[in-house]
Amino acid sequence: MTIFIIRRILQAAVVTLITLSVVFVVGRVVGDPVRIVIGIEAEETRVQEVRDQLGLNDPLTVQYWRFMTGALRGEMGTSFWTRTPTMPMVLERLPATIYLGVVTALLAFPLAILLGATAALKPHSWADRLINVTALGGVSIVEFWLALMLILVVAVQIGWFKTSGYGGAEYVILPALTLAYKPIGRISQMARSAIIDELRKPYIKAARAKGLSEQQVVFTHALKNAAIPIITTTGDEVATILNGAMVVETVFGWPGVGLLTINALSRRDLPLVEATVFVVTGMIIMTNMLLDVAYTYLNPRIRFQ
Amino acid sequence: MQREEIVAMPESNNTPSDQQITGNGGHLLEVSDLHVEFRTSGGVVKAVNGVNYILDEGETLAILGESGSGKSVGVEAVMGIVESPPGFVTAGSVKFRGTELRGMEEDQLCKIRGHNIAMIFQEAQATLDPGFTVGHQISEMLRLHRGLSKEEATKKSVELMDRVQIPFAVERANDYPHQFSGGMCQRVMIAMALALDPDVLIADEPTTALDVTIQAQVMQLLSELQTETGMGIILITHDMSVIADVADRVVVMYAGRVVETGSIHQIFDQPAHPYTVGLMNCVPRLDRKEDNLNIIPGSPPNPINLPAGCAFHPRCSLARERCLSETPVSAEVGPYHQSACHFFEEVLVGH
Amino acid sequence: MNNTGSQDFGESVEGRPSKISWLRYLRGLFSDTTTAFAIIFLVLIFISTVAAEVVAPYDPIKTNLRMRNMPPLTPAVEDGSFPHVLGTDPLGRDILSRLIYGARVSLLVGLSSALVSGTLGTILGLLAGYYRGIVDDLIMRLVDFQMGFPFLLLALLVLLALGPGFWSVIFVLAIVRWMVYARQARGMTLAYRETPFIDAARVLGCSDARIIFRHLLPNMASPLLILGTLEVAGLILGEAALSFLGFGLQPPSASWGLMISGGRQYLSSAWWLATIPGFAIFFTALSLNMLASSLRSITDPLHRERWLMKGSD
Repeated sequence: MTIFIIRRILQAAVVTLITLSVVFVVGRVVGDPVRIVIGIEAEETRVQEVRDQLGLNDPLTVQYWRFMTGALRGEMGTSFWTRTPTMPMVLERLPATIYLGVVTALLAFPLAILLGATAALKPHSWADRLINVTALGGVSIVEFWLALMLILVVAVQIGWFKTSGYGGAEYVILPALTLAYKPIGRISQMARSAIIDELRKPYIKAARAKGLSEQQVVFTHALKNAAIPIITTTGDEVATILNGAMVVETVFGWPGVGLLTINALSRRDLPLVEATVFVVTGMIIMTNMLLDVAYTYLNPRIRFQ
Repeated sequence: MQREEIVAMPESNNTPSDQQITGNGGHLLEVSDLHVEFRTSGGVVKAVNGVNYILDEGETLAILGESGSGKSVGVEAVMGIVESPPGFVTAGSVKFRGTELRGMEEDQLCKIRGHNIAMIFQEAQATLDPGFTVGHQISEMLRLHRGLSKEEATKKSVELMDRVQIPFAVERANDYPHQFSGGMCQRVMIAMALALDPDVLIADEPTTALDVTIQAQVMQLLSELQTETGMGIILITHDMSVIADVADRVVVMYAGRVVETGSIHQIFDQPAHPYTVGLMNCVPRLDRKEDNLNIIPGSPPNPINLPAGCAFHPRCSLARERCLSETPVSAEVGPYHQSACHFFEEVLVGH
Repeated sequence: MNNTGSQDFGESVEGRPSKISWLRYLRGLFSDTTTAFAIIFLVLIFISTVAAEVVAPYDPIKTNLRMRNMPPLTPAVEDGSFPHVLGTDPLGRDILSRLIYGARVSLLVGLSSALVSGTLGTILGLLAGYYRGIVDDLIMRLVDFQMGFPFLLLALLVLLALGPGFWSVIFVLAIVRWMVYARQARGMTLAYRETPFIDAARVLGCSDARIIFRHLLPNMASPLLILGTLEVAGLILGEAALSFLGFGLQPPSASWGLMISGGRQYLSSAWWLATIPGFAIFFTALSLNMLASSLRSITDPLHRERWLMKGSD
């Protein structure tokens, strides 16, 4: 088991390096950042001066090396926009996004599994179909539209929660609800089909023959074995949440990494973009690794290899 | 529809002392006129069509039949674990020690399942939960039905594993099903089934998936345990050698109906139904030289579309006009020997 | 051990297994009311896409500043003309017409990118599953890597390089979702690879290409098409997000996403600007998802019985 964890950490490191390289490549492909900084009409000599200053005229390999070593030290350059180092900017916004993400996850995951299990217990009942339609609705909605609708209905008309800004419950609830909707949809669907698939297996019949109530059969036996595909889906949903966070943060003005990324992209602020991509991928890699470890622990067949 | 007669008290040849215990006339398990159907979009599948049998203490009742004869569905209906929908028990009664199980509240049934009536299945490794240790699954029974604490239950589980002759029980209790061989898994199942000293053990093709030598070991184990505890065993199988070894009485099923019931000797020496005769003939014999393997011509009927009259008539060499229209009723052939064939006398003579 | 259903009761007396025909599929689909509605809705959308010029009451780009931000069900300026059923936008353009033309854009983008990523993903998945070894390793590593990456971020990065616009959006959406097809195709290829009929084909001397195209592909078509249907829904949503953020299609195109973004600032004064296009997206995606889900139930023999029988008890 420990060997497995070490292997996963190494894998994560390799993926991080590859990601950084990709970011580097994309950064160079995007176009000449210099003109953005000093203006389109600037003279060619001035452009070359700035390029020298920024080290953009050095051979690519040198740039690459400088980039990678800098990144590993935590230095990802200076923002074109604010002229301050990028990493601190990103890291400063990180807690807000994590806060939002955690609230969303706490809302979404337990609810999704509960819904999925309920639907699986009585397939094709009206409860199941309601849950199914809600789940389908979840994956059919665009987050930003949902956000706008929520804002319209709840905040503007009724005036309950806050529609923008950072803070406690009343600030975070709308963004979290918006973000949670899609994962709830997907995870509950996956939970339902995973549990139904498990319920088809022979050991379920044997469990019933042992005198276990239907509740016990579903929640103890089926759920534990169904947890494996459910966790896999949950892992995929982390990427969805981060995806959605970019849009949701924009609509609600939530000062997190997502909003920063969008701003950086609109301003073509390359170093900042590189920094945000690095942090976002870092988060995903870490979450996936943790989930992988959890998955391995739950699946005895893999654990004892 | 005419009711088939209930088989009377059997003559048990294994444990005469237990025979006296049930002297008050009560049977352990009494199944009467059981009907189970499955409603599918292609039609209604009539899996069990009026089945009767009786099990007494210390007795081994074998249910013999091909795939699709309704033998497994029948016992699932006894346990009340037929998957519903699409399966429905539409008629009949199942009495355990005189108490009617059909129509009982689910939580009452849960108390009986595993406790008074236990069941073991064909592919033991598939019927054990792959996500929990073997020890946990056995102790689950004890914690559930007897309310034992975790430590007590674990201790008892190890004892049970010892009893079914699983070596190194203490260590192996912490292993997962996929770490055991097929035969060992079946022993685990037996340990689980026996954990609460059930009165009835239903074994649904327990040895079909095992090697012959392991098969012998498992059957031997069951036999010993039965002698110790005096429980009744319902053994479902299509393997005649297994029946010949352990059964006291045999119920032959075809197309969801009982076609013949009798003691092991009666069935083997005096089969009174063409299907039973056919089954006996299918077994290759060492003492006779034959050119071809015998078969029963034709194939089992489609349960959505059962033939009218006697379900076996399309494949029967004795079939006559009466067989096409009239469903045979169980008639008494001899003491505690019944056959559902219009012309059983001819069958007896011919054999 | 015999259990449920007619499958393990052997052949019927006639000896022929029953066949599910396409007609039966269709009937099965329509037997479920929600699926039936979904199909009808999609047909309507499709018609409006193809015949937008005929169906739309107004020219979607013609502005009319006297009719700015009119609420739904506003009568037209000229008598006898079609009313503005869904209102007008800040430039006086009829929303219903823009919605209809927007359907064309959204569907076009969705279908084209699904086609491209589907083809790309299927081929890569097939190759990975069939040849295994290094090819498989490389492709699957790539799949895993991209699966975990937020697709929006990736899309935005690529758009940064390419610049916004119709073709960029299609390209981006195509390369962002090929992995799901690859995974599916690979899984099925792996399963089929071991079957006797593929072995037989090999023994008979069929070339690899022939095996792949004549034997493997037809068996995989169904699930992949269903996946494609699901994907189109997701791609429509994706395009909307990209356009909303300003990186996708640009004005004056009438993309649903753009319409919503345009309505954002008028949320309290002219709510219909943002709400209506959103509903259009919602119902389209919902119908596609429902159709895909029902298709899956009906083509999978394991789920089919249950799904068909659900109404009757």
